[in-house]
Amino acid sequence: MKKLTSFFVLCFGLVLLSAFVRPSGGYQVGDTATDFKLKNVDGKLMSLADNKAAKGFIVVFTCNTCPYAQAYESRIIDLHKKFAPQGYPVVAINPNDPAVAPGDSFEKMQARATSKKYPFPYLLDETQNVAQTYGATRTPHLYVLTRHGNALKVAYIGAIDDNSEEPTAVKTKYVENALTDIMAGKPAATNSTKAVGCTIKWKKA
Amino acid sequence: MSFIKLLIISSFLLLATPGQAQQVEVVKFPALQKRLSQPNDTTYVVNFWATWCGPCIKELPYFEQANKTYAGQKVKVLLVSLDYASQLDKKVKPFVQKRGLKSEVLLLNETDPNTWLGKVDDNWSGAIPFTLMLNNKKQKRAGFEQEFTQAELTAQLTKFLR
Repeated sequence: MKKLTSFFVLCFGLVLLSAFVRPSGGYQVGDTATDFKLKNVDGKLMSLADNKAAKGFIVVFTCNTCPYAQAYESRIIDLHKKFAPQGYPVVAINPNDPAVAPGDSFEKMQARATSKKYPFPYLLDETQNVAQTYGATRTPHLYVLTRHGNALKVAYIGAIDDNSEEPTAVKTKYVENALTDIMAGKPAATNSTKAVGCTIKWKKA
Repeated sequence: MSFIKLLIISSFLLLATPGQAQQVEVVKFPALQKRLSQPNDTTYVVNFWATWCGPCIKELPYFEQANKTYAGQKVKVLLVSLDYASQLDKKVKPFVQKRGLKSEVLLLNETDPNTWLGKVDDNWSGAIPFTLMLNNKKQKRAGFEQEFTQAELTAQLTKFLR
């Protein structure tokens, strides 16, 4: 009985501790990612659960207007072309409030997705809840999710590669390396990287 | 300080700034880090910005104002541009001239933020604007991954200097 009590005390302590360890919110590698239901540029609502065949997802918070997002746009398209056939499609999410960034309105998203022939969904996070839940702070900000049964877990957070300006000068392809590890059944050797980007344009309170 | 030491330091300073034209010096991260790790009583207000960053440009005048307000005191405002070095003559210098920026402007010429962002501030995710306030003698350091209003910057800086 005494053992059981101390077990419960320990559990309670851990729960209490975990509440304090992560006060700022947002995902860390290893966390379970919650699904969402967001409007795609084709006008239909989309969830990750719609694609049960996927082994995981490359979720990227991006937008029309940020120069860094633009610099990485074609590389995001290439990521999808390379990894969707291997079970890891790209899902792009625009978290910006169009009232603050008019160039990121739903209509402008549709126009961009059409003109650049996005091969992946481009979703609007109208309430900004998804960006907040994930802990996204900038565009582009990328998360690799891997499937564990019905759950999706965060396996990588961060940058796409090590040179935003010059794709030909890239030395380390952070996301591709992470995905290579993951597809080999290993955790990503580098599972978190930092990148410069534009602030997410949050709704003015 | 010995004369020799002074001579070495001053010649280093002269050598270290040959690329300085039109008041925008291009630096690598170790040089910036060295600059910010001197054990003196100067409070550095380091703002990371870029000409392409709307919120950054909006708050630049507030840093210019701080530079003016604290002139003659041990406060140093440093505006560190994260524009690509290839944009120095095309974008950065014309911008600095057009705005008539009085604070010192540096361009940080690094391609991979993952190698240096965490050394500025572990909690900085990489969004800009980002501002670092630091005073090595007082062992104080504060990072702000946010856009400031004039009132917010004044309040934070006043608090930091207290």
